Amino acid sequence: MATSLCAQTGDAVFEQVEAYLDAAQRKSLLRVLTCGSVDDGKSTLLGRLLYDSKTILDDQLAALEGDSRKWGTQGDGLDFALLVDGLSAEREQGITIDVAYRFFATDKRKFIVADTPGHEQYTRNMVTGASTADLAIILVDARKGLMAQTRRHSTIAHLLGIRDVVLAINKMDLVDFAQDRFDTIIADYRVFADEIGIEDFTAIPLSALTGDNIAAPSRRTPWYHGRALLDHLERVQVGGEDPKVDEFHFPVQWVNRPDSGFRGYAGRIAGGTVRPGDAVRVLPSGQSSTVERIVTMDGDLARGLNGQSVTLTLADEIDCSRGEVIVAAKARLQSGRRLSATLVWMAEAGLVPGRSYWLKIGTAIVSATIANIGHVLDVDNGRAGEARPLALNDIGQVELSLDRPVAARPYGEDRELGAFILIDKLDRSTVAAGMIDSIIHDEVRRDRETIYWLSDPGDAEHARRRLQQAGRPSFVLDDTTLAEFADPDAAEFIRRARAVALLMSRAGINVVMALPAAPDERWPGQVYADESQDSDAWVI
Amino acid sequence: MNALANLGHPGLTHLERLEAESIHIMREVVAETERPVMLYSMGKDSAVMLHLARKAFFPGGLPFPLLHVDTTWKFQEMYAFRDRVARETGVELIVYQNPEALNRGINPFDHGSLHTDLWKTEGLRQALDQYGFDAAFGGARRDEEKSRAKERIFSFRSANHRWDPKSQRPELWSLYNAHKAKGESIRVFPLSNWTELDIWQYIYAEAIEIVSLYLAAPRPTVERDGMILMVDDDRFRLQPGETPVDRWVRFRTLGCYPLTGAVESHADTLEQVIQEMIVSTSSERQGRLIDKDDGSASMERKKQEGYF
Repeated sequence: MATSLCAQTGDAVFEQVEAYLDAAQRKSLLRVLTCGSVDDGKSTLLGRLLYDSKTILDDQLAALEGDSRKWGTQGDGLDFALLVDGLSAEREQGITIDVAYRFFATDKRKFIVADTPGHEQYTRNMVTGASTADLAIILVDARKGLMAQTRRHSTIAHLLGIRDVVLAINKMDLVDFAQDRFDTIIADYRVFADEIGIEDFTAIPLSALTGDNIAAPSRRTPWYHGRALLDHLERVQVGGEDPKVDEFHFPVQWVNRPDSGFRGYAGRIAGGTVRPGDAVRVLPSGQSSTVERIVTMDGDLARGLNGQSVTLTLADEIDCSRGEVIVAAKARLQSGRRLSATLVWMAEAGLVPGRSYWLKIGTAIVSATIANIGHVLDVDNGRAGEARPLALNDIGQVELSLDRPVAARPYGEDRELGAFILIDKLDRSTVAAGMIDSIIHDEVRRDRETIYWLSDPGDAEHARRRLQQAGRPSFVLDDTTLAEFADPDAAEFIRRARAVALLMSRAGINVVMALPAAPDERWPGQVYADESQDSDAWVI
Repeated sequence: MNALANLGHPGLTHLERLEAESIHIMREVVAETERPVMLYSMGKDSAVMLHLARKAFFPGGLPFPLLHVDTTWKFQEMYAFRDRVARETGVELIVYQNPEALNRGINPFDHGSLHTDLWKTEGLRQALDQYGFDAAFGGARRDEEKSRAKERIFSFRSANHRWDPKSQRPELWSLYNAHKAKGESIRVFPLSNWTELDIWQYIYAEAIEIVSLYLAAPRPTVERDGMILMVDDDRFRLQPGETPVDRWVRFRTLGCYPLTGAVESHADTLEQVIQEMIVSTSSERQGRLIDKDDGSASMERKKQEGYF
């Protein structure tokens, strides 16, 4: 016997519950990342936040008391880290291995906290946590000051677009709540923050273990006049809510065709809003249409909001499939085949230049090769380090060539269509997180300028090598490679060579013409005279 | 903006954002895997998951079947509810019972943890292999238990269905990688970011039908080892001196009836249940014997072996 639960009781309980639910729905959500070096006390801090926000329930507290005696590092006291270190290997080693997602709420806000590992070998797990966070709490052990991982995690958090940073200077109880220790660490961090571009941060002296400055201001830090941590988290206004994407973006996830009479595009609105009748176009195909209906099981909508999962129908029968993006007709979003991006490499096996990987952006999956290796970021100071292929945990700038265009934007403007992952084609693992710095628009030029005419045929090998280094497929046309097209008439031979070059360039190959001829109006191309002159211009 | 940070957008309520995220996850799975299936346990999380799936693929029907890995020891009311849901929604339902467990008469009274291992863990493996499912939706949430809190939304299993918590794939933004290595399969948890209270709120807001065991009623029960157990049928083995007594009870979580503890309550409407939830001081898995049989690492071990 089941029961229908829409029964309206109309009594006091009903009103109470309605009021509670209404309040709960209005609470904003803050996604917090806790990170820092190993042993800085991240898990303890999180356990303390759960405890102080009264999220720990009676049976969990009883279990914690038992676990603290068995595994704990705090003598007879409660070891709050055990509330969150859920894997047995973590308990045995007393460290955090993977991201733990924890949920708690206060009267003012709901929180999801991603507690991330401090050990360098788990940096990829930290990046996992950072990719969905609004605010980062960077923990520092007051005794030790800034560590390599403090810098690495700050850099990653900043790179992933987290603009609100709390520098939680922990274990203040172990330095007798000394203000000068606090001030020294702030000064050190300020120098580092300036180097990597963190404009602002909030420093709080605290002890996760003893609870000082967590839920309430501590009497033991009379020199500190800021807010306690929980108070700060409840009040902070998070700016990272992506206000830049106000144009309608809708990556198509799945084409819904239950019968011949219905063809809908299912997806989640990734920017802006949409109404029936809105003019739209499809990227990258460029087809245009008009939104007909916004279909949901709760009835058609008059307006679809950012973040909503809906199904759209269009007025015209056009060919639109998963991976394409339906955008407002006038949206600035464009598509491109070459991306300049920052990668965080996450696989044991390093990046192999020239190998192709699957690239997933939005709902599109394309084949990508890494065309150009830029510098590897020095996470200690945010500066460009050496140029080499990325290894595990490296962060570096690269250029990627895709086998077909995708709709994309810089990550700084749009997290939805500015982020991608790279997938190994063999073992299918996720090998890198990518953030787009810019989209390189060279398609227009390609047709015309991918034929290079050498004034000195002796430059052929050099030109070919340069193109290859830039990741551009290239081919040299000279007497040898054109042997089959040889003709006693020199002019006819050149005409044939030009025709071959044009065909090859249309197929996307850069052609180096090592022949005594030059481009003209009928036969386009670019003269490559001397490598020292304007050399960057012709290799993009 | 990514799915999770997306929850911070103005315009949608908290539940609307959770709903949109879960629907997004389900559609990704259907688009990128060959043969998905949704595990269905008749519990409240299953009810929410099924409701979300119907929304995700509306106006079409579900593009995958439901799979109930049965133990033969669920509450009678759960079986009736399951069959009625399948009949009324037209959803394809597969019920699987491990033939070995059936033959050996595995039961919770005689076989302890073997009951769960054979019926559920082994039964699930067999069912997935037999039907060739490469992705299975489950209703687990990260707020349920400590090892669940560490599990990805797309969680990979080796060819023999083991979970390796130490080498989980990075999971970035809402860009889920559903590409599997040979032999691997995926468990997908679309409700990962929901809390127990969110589930109840959603059931209330969407008027989702649930098994009435979640609401308090007088039921024949015995008290054993600090737990209140319901005597749901005549297979229940009473110990000497035990006599079933009618108590007002409800269940926060539903499983095999001899292993599922009830809570004493008079909350016989959904509003009252939510009201009790708000002031609750114990976690829902407290009523589950399965988490406790060898200490706090029990759930993690079961998951490594392939328990959902």
